Amino acid sequence: MRAEAISPRRGHDVIQLLIGGIASGCIYGLVALGFVLIYKATEGVNFAQGDMMMLGAFIALGCVNSGYLGLAFLPGVLLAAAVMGGIGYGIDRLVVRRIFGQPQFALVILTIALGFVLRFVAGTIWGYTPLVLETPYAGQAVRIGGVIIGVEDIITILVTAGLTLLLWLFFARTRIGLAAQAASQNQLAAYIVGIPVRRVNSLIWGLSGAVATVAGVLYASKGAIDPNIGLLGIKAFAAAVIGGFGSLPGALLGGILIGVVEPLAARYLPGGFSQMSPYILMLIVLVTRPAGLFSQIQAKKV
Amino acid sequence: MESVLEVRNVETYYGAIMALRGVSLDVKAGRIVTILGANGAGKTTLMKTVSGLMDPEKGQIRFLGQRIDGLDPDRIVNMGLAHVPEGREVFPYLTVAENLRLGAYTRKGGGIAEDIDLVYAYFPILKERRGQVAGTLSGGQQQMLAIGRGLMARPRLMLLDEPSLGLSPLLTQEIFAIIARLNEEQGVTMLLVEQNAHIALQTAHEGYVLELGRIVMAGTSEELQASEDIQEFYLGRQGETQRAQKRWKRRKTWR
Repeated sequence: MRAEAISPRRGHDVIQLLIGGIASGCIYGLVALGFVLIYKATEGVNFAQGDMMMLGAFIALGCVNSGYLGLAFLPGVLLAAAVMGGIGYGIDRLVVRRIFGQPQFALVILTIALGFVLRFVAGTIWGYTPLVLETPYAGQAVRIGGVIIGVEDIITILVTAGLTLLLWLFFARTRIGLAAQAASQNQLAAYIVGIPVRRVNSLIWGLSGAVATVAGVLYASKGAIDPNIGLLGIKAFAAAVIGGFGSLPGALLGGILIGVVEPLAARYLPGGFSQMSPYILMLIVLVTRPAGLFSQIQAKKV
Repeated sequence: MESVLEVRNVETYYGAIMALRGVSLDVKAGRIVTILGANGAGKTTLMKTVSGLMDPEKGQIRFLGQRIDGLDPDRIVNMGLAHVPEGREVFPYLTVAENLRLGAYTRKGGGIAEDIDLVYAYFPILKERRGQVAGTLSGGQQQMLAIGRGLMARPRLMLLDEPSLGLSPLLTQEIFAIIARLNEEQGVTMLLVEQNAHIALQTAHEGYVLELGRIVMAGTSEELQASEDIQEFYLGRQGETQRAQKRWKRRKTWR
C-alpha cells in the first residue's frame, strides 16, 4: 500500500477500522468455533449455529435487562450460557440423536429447520422489534494515542482470547476433553475404548450452545438484536470454511480475517464489495487451498 | 475350566443381510481361541457383536456369566472385555501416550502409569515414540499401539481382529510372539480372528472355522492342523497322489 501517502490521521483511521474489524471478527470466529466443534465431534454441520447465537443473546437479554429478570450482568450472562448449554445438549439428546446413522443430508435439513424454529420461538417471546441488551460498558470508549477504541471492542477481543484459552485447556487437559478429541478422530475406536460417544456428542452440542451465547452477548453489546441476527451464521460458516472446517484456531482466524476485510472493503472499495467480501474470500481460499488455510488433513494412514 | 465367553446361537444382520447364522462358541479362561475363515465369513461381525458395536438379532452372549448381548460397548469394556479392531484404528492426532491413556478410559483408580510401563516393556518401540502422534507411526507400530491400548483396560478377555493385516511376515511373527507371551505371562484370555491360518493355529490352543456365518468345525489346534479339510483350504497344502499332481477339486466334507 501507499504507506507514505497515509497521513497520521488516516493511519489512526486504519487502526480503528482494524480493531473494530478484529472485534467483529472475533464474534464470527466464535460462531464458526461452534460450527467446527459440532462438525469435529459428529461430522455434521449445524446450520442452526447462528440461530443458537441469536437465542443465546436473547436469553442473556431476558436474564439481564431490567424489564425482565434484571440480574447483574455477569451472573446473568453466565446463567444464559448455562441455559443455552442445556438447550444445546437437549437438542442433540432429543432431536439430533434420533437421526443418528441417517445420511448427512438429513442433519442439514434438520438443522436448517431447527434454525427457523429457534427464530420463531425468539420472535414469539421477545417480539420482532430490535431490542438492546443492557451492558455495563455500553457506549464507552477509550483513547489511546489519538486512536479511539470502543470498550465493547476491547472486551470482545479479551473475552474471545480467554474463551479460546479455556476451550484449549478443556480439550488438552481434561479427561472428558481428551475423550471428545478421541471421539472426533475415530468414532469406532472411541466406542471400543469405552467412551460413551453419544453422551460426549451431546456435551459438545451443549458446549457449542454456551459458546454461541457468549458470541451472542458480544454481538448484542455492539448494537440492537432481533430474531434475524442469526443470519450472521452464514458469514461465520464462510469463516469456518476459510479456516479449514475442522480446525479450531482456523475457525477463529477465518472469522477475524472476514471481520477485518469487511470494514476495509467498505472503506476503500466501491459500495457492495463489503457485503460480498466474506464470500469472495471464501471462494479464493476454496480455489487456491481447497482444504482451507489451517486444515488438519496431514496423513491419515490406512 | 470356567468359560469366560459363551456365545449361543447368535444371529446378526447387516441391514437385510444375515451375517451370522446362529453362531455358538466358548472361550475358556487362559486360552487363546482362534476363528478361521475366509473373507466375508462373518469373523469381524462376530467380534463386533461380542464387543457390543453391533447388536445381535437373536441369541445370547455371556461374559463372565453375565448377559452382554445388546449392551453398549462402553459397559462391556468396563466389565473387562477389550476389542482390538481390524485395521488398527488408533486416534491419529493424539500421541502414543494419550492413546494408551484412553485405553484405560473406563478404569477407575490408580495403576495406570504402571500399566503404561508394562505396555512399554512389551513394545519398547512405543516407549521411544511415546510423544509422537499415532497417525505418523508405521502400520506395525500402530498395531502394537492398538494391542497396547487394549491391554490398558486390564481385560479379562481380549478380542484381536486380524492383527497381521497389512504387516510383513517378519512383523507378523513378532506380533504373534508377543500375543503368546501376553497370554502366558499376563494370563489374558484371547479370542483371535485371523486369515493367516498357519500362524493362528500355531499360537492358539483351540480354533473354530467360520464359513458364511456358520461354525463348520471346532477343535484343538492340533486337531484342526491335522484335518485334511483345514490343510487343503486354510493351510494351502496340496494333496499328493500317485502322479504327484492333483486332478480333481476336493470338496469340503462339512457341506
